[in-house]
Amino acid sequence: MSSRKGCVMLLLAFLPAWATPASDDPPRFGRVPTAAEIALWDIDVRPDGTGLPHGRGTVAHGLEVYTTNCVFCHGEGGQGGIKDRLAGGVGTLATSKPIKTVGSYWPYATTLYDYIRRAMPYQAPGSLSDDDYYALSAYLLHINGLLPADGALDQDSLPKVQMPNRNGFVPEPEFRHITNARQKAAKKH
Amino acid sequence: MPRPTTVDSTTMNHPVNPGRRGLLLRAAAGTAASIAAPVMAESLADVPPREVGEGVGPVSERSRFVHLERVTEQSPGVLNVDPSLAINSKTPIDRLVGTITPSDMHYERSHAGSPSLDPAKHRLLIHGMTKKALVLTLPELQAMPSISRLYFVECSGNGWENWKNADPNRTVQETHGMLSMHEWTGVPLSRIVDLVGADPNSTWMLAEGGDAAGVARSIPLTDEILADAMIAFGQNGEALRPAHGFPMRLLVPGMEGNLSIKWLRRLKFGDRPFMTRWETDRYTQLLPSGKARQFQLYQEVNSVITSPSGRMQIQPGYNRITGLAWSGRGKIAKVEVSTDGGRRWRVARLNPPVLYKAQVRFDLDWDWDGRPTKIVSRSTDDKGYVQPSRAEFTARMGTNALFHYNAQQTWAIASSGEVINVLA
Repeated sequence: MSSRKGCVMLLLAFLPAWATPASDDPPRFGRVPTAAEIALWDIDVRPDGTGLPHGRGTVAHGLEVYTTNCVFCHGEGGQGGIKDRLAGGVGTLATSKPIKTVGSYWPYATTLYDYIRRAMPYQAPGSLSDDDYYALSAYLLHINGLLPADGALDQDSLPKVQMPNRNGFVPEPEFRHITNARQKAAKKH
Repeated sequence: MPRPTTVDSTTMNHPVNPGRRGLLLRAAAGTAASIAAPVMAESLADVPPREVGEGVGPVSERSRFVHLERVTEQSPGVLNVDPSLAINSKTPIDRLVGTITPSDMHYERSHAGSPSLDPAKHRLLIHGMTKKALVLTLPELQAMPSISRLYFVECSGNGWENWKNADPNRTVQETHGMLSMHEWTGVPLSRIVDLVGADPNSTWMLAEGGDAAGVARSIPLTDEILADAMIAFGQNGEALRPAHGFPMRLLVPGMEGNLSIKWLRRLKFGDRPFMTRWETDRYTQLLPSGKARQFQLYQEVNSVITSPSGRMQIQPGYNRITGLAWSGRGKIAKVEVSTDGGRRWRVARLNPPVLYKAQVRFDLDWDWDGRPTKIVSRSTDDKGYVQPSRAEFTARMGTNALFHYNAQQTWAIASSGEVINVLA
């Protein structure tokens, strides 16, 4: 059992009855989940760090986790594997052969944590501990020159990592500020 | 593993001219073994006598003379790979007629295979900026009022074969086969939004799949998306197939296929994009400047001639030019076809009904004089968007963007009648 699941089980055991979201209006369709249930699935991590679990991992441990779980597809040091290249490529985006990697392209370190925790290792996604995912994130940042060899990451330091391509994205004007009729109707009231 | 060369005796989308049999036989190029052309009936006397057929079974199969198969792809241009290596599989649009894609021929793109989910255990969690969170089962979703609509779905990677150069061996299935159309049945997203009492200040919604990759995208809650999107559970009159999201998926018509999250298991309402891997690292378009367009979500106005198309063979004389046109912005208003490489254009017939965010079939009569030429189509939608030429398109996007390629597709026709994929 992962440490995350363990925590949630504990929560479930100690949640008082009132902690279950109340609903005056029982749904005609579906049921209202408990907060603990939602926590089991609420895995997204946002750029401000919202959603990051408590935990910590070092670059050194990340190399161990990487060697066991990732090197087969992604290659030594995140290069030369059969799947996506993870390191290098800085300075290539405006050339005829752009190399998109975590270091050269990804705008948010938080996305790295979100993605590898939800989708990796490929054969058993989400199977590592939260600490191991911090360690892996730390290692991937290290091989991109963004963390020293003796570095570490936790829920406070990860969102503060400035990715080199942080300002490399231009959102489409039509989706920059979303407005809709629901919003306008609510403002009238 | 090249696809076996096939001869479609159906020639359904090809003009059948008894005087010029086998008008559009598939070329044998690139395959080691070719299948002998069928022995044609020269006279009515050669037509075999009528026979009692197979019994009436529970399932009907395609004719043994009809061969339909999707083409698997590992990465742009790496085709016909083993399924374990494939990331997508393309619709044989060169061999389909009309506009509805057979369910087993809908293109497929997945990021960690196609899971086989048990509906008894599948759940959709809806939460975030809502009055109440909700968990729905498939029967609960199916019990709600639902709608059925014809919409095309297109991968944003459709056309990526031709970003930098044109492989002359490509078929239209290979260049444009990540495009399909079904009748989709489901519950309007707006109903779900009301059901959970989504906060009016929630302008983005995370949609997450129950596949191993947990593919997740932020959906902007524009009026258009709120009006169009649905939680679908049906395709072409039956339950979704596993490859297309069974037991339920999001369907966001007109937008890049990746937004229509398959195996949908979570919707979370928020007030800004969640910045998942798929909307930062993956489905963003790198421009020549090194900056990338993000949230380029619309599948822009597009068209392609599906016959004659890459690796087909034509004869001088009458040829029916036909193809598909579509726009994620709305309805197709006009399709024009040039048979002289884009100098002069003729308006093609559109086969009604021409529907909102649906692909439409066009055709045009053409007498080929036997001289080498180039044929190309361009579409215009009801919002006034015109499909760009290759030159206009690359001037704007460069050649690194990889996604959202909607430049006009040109097929060159050699004096031999061979049809070849070219850039322009």
